[in-house]
Amino acid sequence: MASAVSGISVALEGVSKRFGATQALDDINLRIGEGHIHALVGENGAGKSTLGKIIGGIYIPDRGEFLLDGEPVGKWDPPAALAAGIATIQQELSLVPRRSVAENVFLGIERSRLGVLSGIQRERYEELESEVGFGIPPEAEVGSLRLADQQKVEVLRALARRARMIVMDEPTSSLTKDETDRLHEIMDRLRGEGRTIVYVSHFLDDVLEVADTVTIMRDGIITRTGPSSDETKQSLIEGMLGRTFEATFPEVPPVAVDAPVVLEVEGLTGEIPRDISFQVREGEIVALAGLVGSGRTEVARLVFGADAAQSGTIRLDGEEIPRLRPRTAIDKGIVMLPEDRRHLGLVMTQNVRENISLPRLRAFSQGGRVSRAEERGAVRETIDRLNIVPPDPEGELQFYSGGNQQKSLFGKWTLHKPRVILLDEPTRGVDIGAKRSIYDAVAETAAGGSAVLLISSELEEVVRLSHRILLMSEGRIIGEMDSERASVSEVLRHLFDAGRSAA
Amino acid sequence: MKWTRMLPGRGRGQTGEEGEDAPARYSFDSQDLMEWIRRYGVLILFAALFVTLIFASDSFLSFRNLLNILNQNAPLAMIAMAGTLVIISGGFDLSTGSIFCVSAVAAAWMGDAGYEVLGLLLAPFVGLALGLLNGLIITGLKVHSFLATLATSLVYRGMAILITGGSLISLFGNDTFSVLGRGRIWDINYVVFILLAVFALLTFFLNRTVAGRHIYAVGGNPMAATLSGVRNSRIQALTFMLSGLAAGLAGVITVSRVGTGSAQMGLGMELQAIAAIILGGTSIYGGEGAVWRSFTGVMLLALINNGFNILSVNPFYKDLTTGAIIVFAVALSAGKKRR
Repeated sequence: MASAVSGISVALEGVSKRFGATQALDDINLRIGEGHIHALVGENGAGKSTLGKIIGGIYIPDRGEFLLDGEPVGKWDPPAALAAGIATIQQELSLVPRRSVAENVFLGIERSRLGVLSGIQRERYEELESEVGFGIPPEAEVGSLRLADQQKVEVLRALARRARMIVMDEPTSSLTKDETDRLHEIMDRLRGEGRTIVYVSHFLDDVLEVADTVTIMRDGIITRTGPSSDETKQSLIEGMLGRTFEATFPEVPPVAVDAPVVLEVEGLTGEIPRDISFQVREGEIVALAGLVGSGRTEVARLVFGADAAQSGTIRLDGEEIPRLRPRTAIDKGIVMLPEDRRHLGLVMTQNVRENISLPRLRAFSQGGRVSRAEERGAVRETIDRLNIVPPDPEGELQFYSGGNQQKSLFGKWTLHKPRVILLDEPTRGVDIGAKRSIYDAVAETAAGGSAVLLISSELEEVVRLSHRILLMSEGRIIGEMDSERASVSEVLRHLFDAGRSAA
Repeated sequence: MKWTRMLPGRGRGQTGEEGEDAPARYSFDSQDLMEWIRRYGVLILFAALFVTLIFASDSFLSFRNLLNILNQNAPLAMIAMAGTLVIISGGFDLSTGSIFCVSAVAAAWMGDAGYEVLGLLLAPFVGLALGLLNGLIITGLKVHSFLATLATSLVYRGMAILITGGSLISLFGNDTFSVLGRGRIWDINYVVFILLAVFALLTFFLNRTVAGRHIYAVGGNPMAATLSGVRNSRIQALTFMLSGLAAGLAGVITVSRVGTGSAQMGLGMELQAIAAIILGGTSIYGGEGAVWRSFTGVMLLALINNGFNILSVNPFYKDLTTGAIIVFAVALSAGKKRR
């Protein structure tokens, strides 16, 4: 095939990247050849997106060499990457929604004379459009386009910058099957012109359909790289697993035979969750497993009253409770540890004490006046219980490590024994030591008689720290497994199988 | 060695990977010193100016002059101190100048009708009501507080014009009406005591009550506050009510003192108050700040004013100096954010 574009190759040598306590990439060696569709696959948190972002210049590696056509590069950031012909299309599209397609495509590379726009943007756009034939009108407001079309605008934007390599980070995660097929056609065409595509995805069928080469990642390292024709879905899953178990798990005490049902959810439906029904008994840990976007977080938010349900009932200790809001939920003993501690969980301008006591401040106050002595005493107990370091109630939380911030967040929601605790990614972004402390605390909380709903992208946690596993896909519960008998690979296989058949 | 004991910047010692074995820091650290200067910058500036004025003028350091400064700036200080709560909770109140005016002319109008005492007592609550209206518009209609109070400041100013009928309401020589603004006990104006009471009450409220803690949380991270069961709307509305009440009280004090109500009163006062709050070091982004900061901010502005007067420096330079000091102080505290 005649190449319209001169090729480009990229090689990484010994690249490592660390975020706080998490080693996102560990000594990566990878070569991405010209005119290929090169897929990066792996579990959530395996490091595939991080790797894509390093290629696009969005992250700077801590260590290692970045070679462009065999030559080491100096400064590597998004402008440098673009100048070299590498464009990135991020999962969260970065377009200006209220401006037109053409303006977005040429944003930052407008032709101008002394700062005054010159030339006819339209002609330039049509020239570009004639190459690819997407059929998107240049005057359309980007925000009014469907997601799939917005993605095309991103592709156009990359092409307008003469991109020879395009990194696509989970481009199909919000596309329908039909739209995915069309995106694959486009990728195919771009490859035909000699361009290289780095395709980051956790949809294995998509990868097998379109990629030439697949790199399988696990825990920040590369398991293997090879032609995709040598792989099957099963072999990919096996490559993504087989991890060395780094974190150890505490014994999860069994649920008493006569333990009463504490939380009962029936037919709960919201924006994403559809007809969700389940029960959690006293002392039981029920895990909610699913791929990103399956609606796990949304279920927790509905139960906690953070979002309004469209229909469905929630019973606490057998009694139906009316529509909750966070305040009333907390007062009834239903609490939620949200997934993003920085944005949803903690108030970084306040200290440890103020954060931990925030939901239950009234318990330490009389006539609105807070008794600091009582408050400090309770917070100190929590700090000791969870081994938060430094053990200072007045410590400035914003300077604490991720693990200790996360422990503080856990302490905030277990300051008083909850009846129901909804844990959304309770160990995200923390190191192994803190993980173990949090696992212990989860097991203790359950043993103390709370009903626990555990949401985690780490399947190891899901399997080893729960009594039962509910499998979620596309907003629905599609199955249930007994944690005693379940294995990580089984759970993963179920989730991947459901992932595409439902679409 | 001595520094670390008193320096608040010690938190940086905790940024380690896990922090578990981060050693305690017992050495002098220039970064800590910078942090300390940032934190207490307004006090340092205030003290520096205070000392300078002592040496520059014989008449500055007298009981009478200092009391006068307090007395004259009491209305602005009340507005700034209550406005601090609004800014900590993440809002803006641009209507305080107008509320100040409505309450002032309402009191004058009642005084003119022969109800001097009743007018003085009730008019601050007009401010409370207008503040509540602000709060309802902001939380109920979900209008950003900056825009909502910009609009209501016009509405309220219009109310003041309606009350006065466009002319002055003069109560000059009415001793009953002027008792609040001019009355004294032990040769000290009542107003000074009211000012100190407002200071103490707001400080207590902000630091020692559930609502006060919630104000910090709402401004620091509204989503985390909501998910912690804080009712953000109520907290926001409450801060605007208090801001309105303080503006009303300040207006009544002022009209009682000057003896004349007019619809021009308090023009631009909201901006002076916000300038003083920011000068004091309260974060414009919400979540951080203190009542004493705004008090000090007002007093710092007052000292600049007073200094120009007693040193008889060309007053043309007064606004220029004030503005430059505000820019300097804000740049100083902005450095913290960029860390």
